[in-house]
Amino acid sequence: MSGLRYWYADNRGSAFAFALFALMFAIYLINYPSALSANVFQTAANKAVLLALVSMGQALVVLTAGIDLSIGMLLVLTNCLGSWIVRGDALHSALGIAGVLAAGALCGALNGVIIIFGRLQPIVTTIATGAVYYGLALLLRPVPGGSINEDLADALTGNVAGVVPASLLILLAAVVIVWMPFKRSTVGRTAYATGSSEAAAFLSGMPIRRAKFASYTLAGLLAAIGGLFLTFFTDTGEASLGSANSYTLFSIAAVVIGGVSLLGGRGSAIGAVFGAFAFRSIGDLLFVFNVDALWQPLFQGAILLLAVSIGACGLFRVRNRLEWFQ
Amino acid sequence: MRQDAGQPFFQMSGVSKSYGGAVALEHAQLAVRTGRIHAVLGENGAGKSTLLKVMSGVVQPDEGTMQLDGREVSFASPAAANAAGIVCVFQELSLIPDLSVADNIFASNPPRRFGMIDRPTQRRQAEAALARAGASDIDPLAKVRDLPLSRQQMVELAKGLAREPRILILDEATSALTAADVARVIDVLRRLREEGLALIFISHRMHEVKALADECTVYRNGRHVMSFEAGTRTDNEVVEMMIGREYRHVFPDKPAPKPDGQLADKPVLSCRNLAWNDTLRGVGFALRRGEILGLGGLDGQGQRELLLALFGVLRGCAGEIEIDGKSVSVGSPVAARADKIGMALIPEDRKTEGLMLPMSVRENLSFAALDRMSTGGVIDRVRQRSFVERMMALLAIKSSSVDAAVGSLSGGNQQKVVIAKWLVRQPRILLLCDPTRGIDVGTKQEIYQLLRRLADEGAAIVFYSTDYDELIGCCDRVLVLYEGKVRKELAGPAINEPNLIASALDLPVGQISPSTGVAS
Repeated sequence: MSGLRYWYADNRGSAFAFALFALMFAIYLINYPSALSANVFQTAANKAVLLALVSMGQALVVLTAGIDLSIGMLLVLTNCLGSWIVRGDALHSALGIAGVLAAGALCGALNGVIIIFGRLQPIVTTIATGAVYYGLALLLRPVPGGSINEDLADALTGNVAGVVPASLLILLAAVVIVWMPFKRSTVGRTAYATGSSEAAAFLSGMPIRRAKFASYTLAGLLAAIGGLFLTFFTDTGEASLGSANSYTLFSIAAVVIGGVSLLGGRGSAIGAVFGAFAFRSIGDLLFVFNVDALWQPLFQGAILLLAVSIGACGLFRVRNRLEWFQ
Repeated sequence: MRQDAGQPFFQMSGVSKSYGGAVALEHAQLAVRTGRIHAVLGENGAGKSTLLKVMSGVVQPDEGTMQLDGREVSFASPAAANAAGIVCVFQELSLIPDLSVADNIFASNPPRRFGMIDRPTQRRQAEAALARAGASDIDPLAKVRDLPLSRQQMVELAKGLAREPRILILDEATSALTAADVARVIDVLRRLREEGLALIFISHRMHEVKALADECTVYRNGRHVMSFEAGTRTDNEVVEMMIGREYRHVFPDKPAPKPDGQLADKPVLSCRNLAWNDTLRGVGFALRRGEILGLGGLDGQGQRELLLALFGVLRGCAGEIEIDGKSVSVGSPVAARADKIGMALIPEDRKTEGLMLPMSVRENLSFAALDRMSTGGVIDRVRQRSFVERMMALLAIKSSSVDAAVGSLSGGNQQKVVIAKWLVRQPRILLLCDPTRGIDVGTKQEIYQLLRRLADEGAAIVFYSTDYDELIGCCDRVLVLYEGKVRKELAGPAINEPNLIASALDLPVGQISPSTGVAS
């Protein structure tokens, strides 16, 4: 019983994000039952998975009390790279995918190295490296263009066995292969510890550098998976500053909705995934209710504020005001 | 194993370390033998902490050598020292608040299966480690953040033991513990000594040192003063070695209790039926000008919450508070410090609640009274300087400059800054939450004298302390709290150790014999 209580205390944020998503999705379905038809659902899932992958990456970094403002740029960079090298026959495409993933991980690792060894603040470092990554993306694709292996794109953006969107399965795989081992490993626990109290982690002899390096590198890798998917969906590479910026900011929003503390040390990437789903559902809901596209950003912002406020309701229960500041 | 006459197990010689221009250690030496408890004594700023940090790999010395088991060693990090069997239980807790107790105990080296952390095994091993530290009441799954400070310190000890040390260093590791915990820890340490560990023990509580130490080493101003067998020097000699000056009476004289007639003046502060959550269950008392009222009892009986409630920190607090006989509602610290009420709170944790560590001494001294130092919202530097200089002089705060970061001062001087920043406002009611925790004897003495002086000048003081000696030495009256209620009020000669212990344990006063401190 007490084990359950501790589990709930740990996962309250994720549970809230899940509930929020389930609620919005239910409203969506009630008003638009035909959404379950394969195509609509599939498109919605694909869009949500894209943000979920980036948000997972962001969550890994935020847990260490850092932040990755280059993650959207990295998504765009890997999108542009993918539109050049994931082409041709199966072997070439496979090598291309490996190349894109390696490039993403490398860029993430570079963020980590600068932050760890340069002792620069994550926010400044990633603004700078983000600009560099976007610059590279522009050099790769000064104008939108390129293409991707179409068989692969069809397979990965379609449905498996006619029902489950393949993209959801890839996301599930990312959770199982990247997040779960991370959380259960010494490195992952050190990431939590670093975000919670870096000095205490240091005094405990924990591998702080390795944990930060792993967090930033995995964030880069997840952004690269997202970049590949973006290429699969759009069949083109585009160095779009707008989408780079919005993915960066949306990933932070998703992480917060998902109950990951921006101060570090608390939350989980699963919360961030549901946070991303919930955030994407806002757009879908507005579509269902025929809201003019001009109003969308305004409503999105308002609903985001509302969601974050509900998440902060717990503060009203705090009766010792010193706990507000912990 | 008890008497290892040969080579010391660990030896350090000629070790120096300076930070910037400040010399923290100068040609320090220390020799530690197995199966012995070695107490290192000295004021804060004497270099003890630096000495231990060098030993445990937290800082690298500028010069000098260390030998472990006959071989020369150097430690680049705490992990390297741990690997060699040197484990330090730190004064500043090294626990990670958002992780569970079990996760913390095995922070650096958890039990693993297939490369992943094996949580069931970790939990069992954590239970064993807690039991070994004498703290089996702690749930290994609880978050450290949710535990009171005294429990956290027991977790810290369990964490140290779980690393299977050959040399265990305890740096003020009992400073936040309750009397019952201290007794258990003393038992644990004696058992470890029998098991052949070398123990290094730092404490400002002399009776713990006397109960435990086989050998003592005194440091002063970063230099080794003397090492000697325990029991071969008197208390006064030891304290003189530590402070390097004649040892005077620790506590200032108390005023003679006033005859009943004079007590008729109205209390400055009185409260009735204060209740909050389950922690306070109807506390009431009255406090007069010039009085030092102690709060005693076991740790966590509502003493902290009582001070927070008076200072307007707690929400939904029931009961009445009267200032000068008029009922007031203290809604926030802003209201509490306003002239009408004139309260000041010296919080429990100076590093997080009392100070902005990276900011200068000058800024920190100004924070509680910026309104007094500014005109139309603009800080008047001339007035600020005069306030700051007055406080630096009044409390004899030692700092290289008023512009130095307050985090660079010694613990005792930091605490003086916390107190001084409130004295700028000349508060009528001063609330203190364990203000002498982990600070040196000399500064403690200065604080006792300061409190008595403030009381003589008319301040009313509420003083919570976990150290019975302080309650006995400083207070005119003591309220002993038990489960959120005032269990007993002691005054005058009735404030003595047996009475304090008895009422803290909710036993009738007078049943504990003064000589042994054990219930008969």
